[in-house]
Amino acid sequence: MAKTEQMSGRKRDERIAGYVFSLPAVVLLIAFLVVPIIYTVYYSVFQYQVMRPNDITFIGFENYHKLITDSDFWISLKNTFYFTIIVVPVQCALALALAMLVSKKFKGVAIFRTMYFSPQLTSMVVIAVLWTVLYNSNPNTGLINALLVNLGLEPINFLTNERTAMNSIIFMSAWQGAGYQMMIFLAGLQGIPRDQYEAASVDGATPWQQFWFVTIPNLKGTIKYVIMITMIQAMKLFTQPYVMTQGGPRNSTKTMVYYIYTQGFQKGNFGYACSVAAVFFVIVVAMSLILQKITSEE
Amino acid sequence: MKSLKAQKALQKILFYAGNTIIGIIFVSPLIWMISASLKPEAKIFANMNSIQTFVPEDASFDNYIEVFRRVDLMNVFKNTITYILLILVFDLLINSICGYALAKFRFKGRKLILSFVVALMVMPMEAILLPMYIEMSQLGWVNSLPALVVPSIAKCFSIYMFYNFFKDIPDDLLEAASIDGSSPIRTFFSIVMPISKTVYATVFILDFVAHWNDFMWPFLIMTGKESRTIQLAVQSFFGTQPVHYSAIMASLVLSAIPMIVMFIFMQKYYVEGIASSGIKG
Repeated sequence: MAKTEQMSGRKRDERIAGYVFSLPAVVLLIAFLVVPIIYTVYYSVFQYQVMRPNDITFIGFENYHKLITDSDFWISLKNTFYFTIIVVPVQCALALALAMLVSKKFKGVAIFRTMYFSPQLTSMVVIAVLWTVLYNSNPNTGLINALLVNLGLEPINFLTNERTAMNSIIFMSAWQGAGYQMMIFLAGLQGIPRDQYEAASVDGATPWQQFWFVTIPNLKGTIKYVIMITMIQAMKLFTQPYVMTQGGPRNSTKTMVYYIYTQGFQKGNFGYACSVAAVFFVIVVAMSLILQKITSEE
Repeated sequence: MKSLKAQKALQKILFYAGNTIIGIIFVSPLIWMISASLKPEAKIFANMNSIQTFVPEDASFDNYIEVFRRVDLMNVFKNTITYILLILVFDLLINSICGYALAKFRFKGRKLILSFVVALMVMPMEAILLPMYIEMSQLGWVNSLPALVVPSIAKCFSIYMFYNFFKDIPDDLLEAASIDGSSPIRTFFSIVMPISKTVYATVFILDFVAHWNDFMWPFLIMTGKESRTIQLAVQSFFGTQPVHYSAIMASLVLSAIPMIVMFIFMQKYYVEGIASSGIKG
């Protein structure tokens, strides 16, 4: 009798403790994540200008109507997708290749790992400022063009030509980011049982076949996760174009988040910017759901 | 037999050569940055077409002194460290107790909260910037410390990391404590926390790095010169005329030093933190 009383007392204690412990985080998440999500959608059906905070009018789907015919919006959507579609496979493949290079233990492996990871030790702002200087179109001041000229090639206007600006940002971003995903791949590679490779090599599998039939299938979960985080990261592109090109030349590096920033914070069209943000939110969620669906069906 | 040995040796040489070449390509932009930060302004773009450009001639720390003279860098560092440490104190406490509750206590709504936390992990902060800004201005927090700190405390990812770690603590241990008359709250602080140093260290370093690199939110909310964080200072320094590239490079290096120090001392937790997120996610 005393024991059951004690048990139920403990259960009650546990329940109370559960609420007390989870409450602070839940309250903060609601206040600074859930409520803003709801308000993004809410403001998106209003005409709401920062300059006139008392003049908020309900306009239904007019903001969304305007979006459909807004060519700047479509350009930002296109640029965001272009960046994501190129940078995700490039960066993930690069990260996997680097991880393969340093997955085995050998003398000096820690040095090489640190080298590949080192761009991660500087922030994106730092990297963006540095590479703006490195990308300078004058071969007398831009390191990369100096190298091209030394190799007998023509200098390239990396950031000032609308054809190359986004690709230049992609290259730099992959270089900066790959070290992070390399670390995740390394952990995944370490989890692959040795004997599977031994069995494959006894069967006469070439290194390439081993990679394709042992490494890749064993790494599926890791690959899926890496693609997912790289993709979400890529969709949020803002710092690089803001620091390096201000969205130019000719809008060629203007992304969705950049457009939310210009509409909302520079021009003060909060309602309209919220409709862009709502579309952005739906796209990111939809893409991660689709990716999850595709990869889990196999 | 001999040829096989020779082949092995050749393979090894190629392997090292490949790693070395790629490694050099990876670090050369950073080497150039450091080298340029030590050069006088007039020499910074000299010798661009030779390997000499990576070797600082007439090296000195003048550029670093120049940065400190032109920007109140001490204040910037102070702002950044203050806001990050404030976030982290609450981050480690609030997210860990939430993760613990989700992992070890049975209560109504537990499953719901857990699925909320997992779903909100993919939530891009960029999509809610505008209402967040309005919320901050309604609270009167724009351009003040609470705007940087309070919204950044609760993190789904941190909760999930703690949840995953606490889940694996054997129930026997906790039950033994509770039979001894320890309340759930006391058990957490006196038994669970001390044996969970690794997860605290991991969340600490991951979130420290993330906030040190933060740009967009501080950029939107901290408009005053006095309250700038390091990334804002670096960015605005780059945009200020006249452009002194040598001083800019010095400021880039300075802003990276705390990260490098952090990496050296907490490398194990940092790398394990990155790696484990992939295994569990």
